[in-house]
Amino acid sequence: MSLYRDIAWQGLWKNNPGLVQMLGLCPLLAVTSTFTNALGLGLATAVVLIGSNTTVSLVRNFVPKEIRIPVFVMIIAALVTAVQLLVNAYAYGLYLSLGIFLPLIVTNCVIIGRAEAFASRNSPMDAAFDGLMMGIGFTLVLMVLGGGREILGQGTLFDGADLLLGPWAASLRIEVWQVDTPFLLAMLPPGAFLGMGLLIALKNAIDKKLAERQPKMQTAPVERARITKVN
Amino acid sequence: MQKSMLKNGLLLGLFALICTAVVAVVNDSTRDAILAQQKLELKRTLEQIIPNELHDNPLEESCVLLQDKDALGTTQPMPAYIATQNAEPVAIAIETIAPDGYNGEIRLIIGIKTDGTVLGVRTLSHQETPGLGDKIERKKSDWVDSFIGKKLQGRDDKAWYVKKDGGEIDQFTGATITPRAYVKSIRNTLAFFEANKQTLFSQSQTCEASQ
Repeated sequence: MSLYRDIAWQGLWKNNPGLVQMLGLCPLLAVTSTFTNALGLGLATAVVLIGSNTTVSLVRNFVPKEIRIPVFVMIIAALVTAVQLLVNAYAYGLYLSLGIFLPLIVTNCVIIGRAEAFASRNSPMDAAFDGLMMGIGFTLVLMVLGGGREILGQGTLFDGADLLLGPWAASLRIEVWQVDTPFLLAMLPPGAFLGMGLLIALKNAIDKKLAERQPKMQTAPVERARITKVN
Repeated sequence: MQKSMLKNGLLLGLFALICTAVVAVVNDSTRDAILAQQKLELKRTLEQIIPNELHDNPLEESCVLLQDKDALGTTQPMPAYIATQNAEPVAIAIETIAPDGYNGEIRLIIGIKTDGTVLGVRTLSHQETPGLGDKIERKKSDWVDSFIGKKLQGRDDKAWYVKKDGGEIDQFTGATITPRAYVKSIRNTLAFFEANKQTLFSQSQTCEASQ
């Protein structure tokens, strides 16, 4: 059980794909202009991540080391294409607003990163759970960033939620404050960079507070190879 | 060495085969749903610019292809949809491109009555600045409704410019280039319509609704 707690902790906070691993910055910055888009892309990424982690873990014993990367890439590409087709068929409104960022999940390093770093060395159950937690961690960052930018930029929250969740969700839309001229900085990509920077700073500040509060009991250094990739 | 190469090659091939098969199956099972979605979307857009009570034919199925670089903003043939009432043409919806938007092309569709009056305009796709140029979306602003009922008087009607250029069309706060490109595109399309009215409606249907 403690293994699962560790995986969850890693995915949601300690090794969060958005805030710590800094993977998948391209979609993270590009689609977080509204909460709905952020949630949609986050969910799609999470689905792909769970699927790719499970599949990679299932085949890990048959695939020789030399050809593992091309095999992973093929698996991920197939999954992303399938997800894209499914969104196109059953959530057309979202497909229109996510546009090219859906196929771009394929280039999201967090997916191949997890396949290589975790799934190819662990059992399918653990790998699926890791995919779920990493996916949720990524989605949470997207949601916070998307929600914040939407409130600052156009003064609403959950605008266009019906595109993702069906017609009933149209009533979710909240007008936080009335804007005459939208706060452009928040809506354009630089706003995403600034928001992202603030989020990372906030996380580091919280980590520091937590570390101060914790009495220094463990002195044994934890041996853990952290895989860092450049996106 | 050779043996492992062969083994790896075969294994890669096998994975490629399986992955392609998965994509093929998903593609096959979603194709109809995707086509239906696109058709529904098209129908919904067309309904907004040519009211249902004006015509009695299924609009999305009476599609013709038009080609005119200056008016439609592209050398590609663009679809147009002819509305008929008792087999008489009453209106047409023309897809056109404003090539000089602030951030590239703006695709729009214009509903025009046979007498040249604008019935409605909708933006189909664009990359204009969010918060400024995106007021051309009906969802964001009712600016596009300001064209309803207007008519082009002569090829170079002075009224069909934004106010900044001496015309009668409101530009919106913070954006001039977007409405300017938009108005120009509508103006050209209307002129094209006036000039080719006779041949437009007598065209036989040249495209299927599925694009």
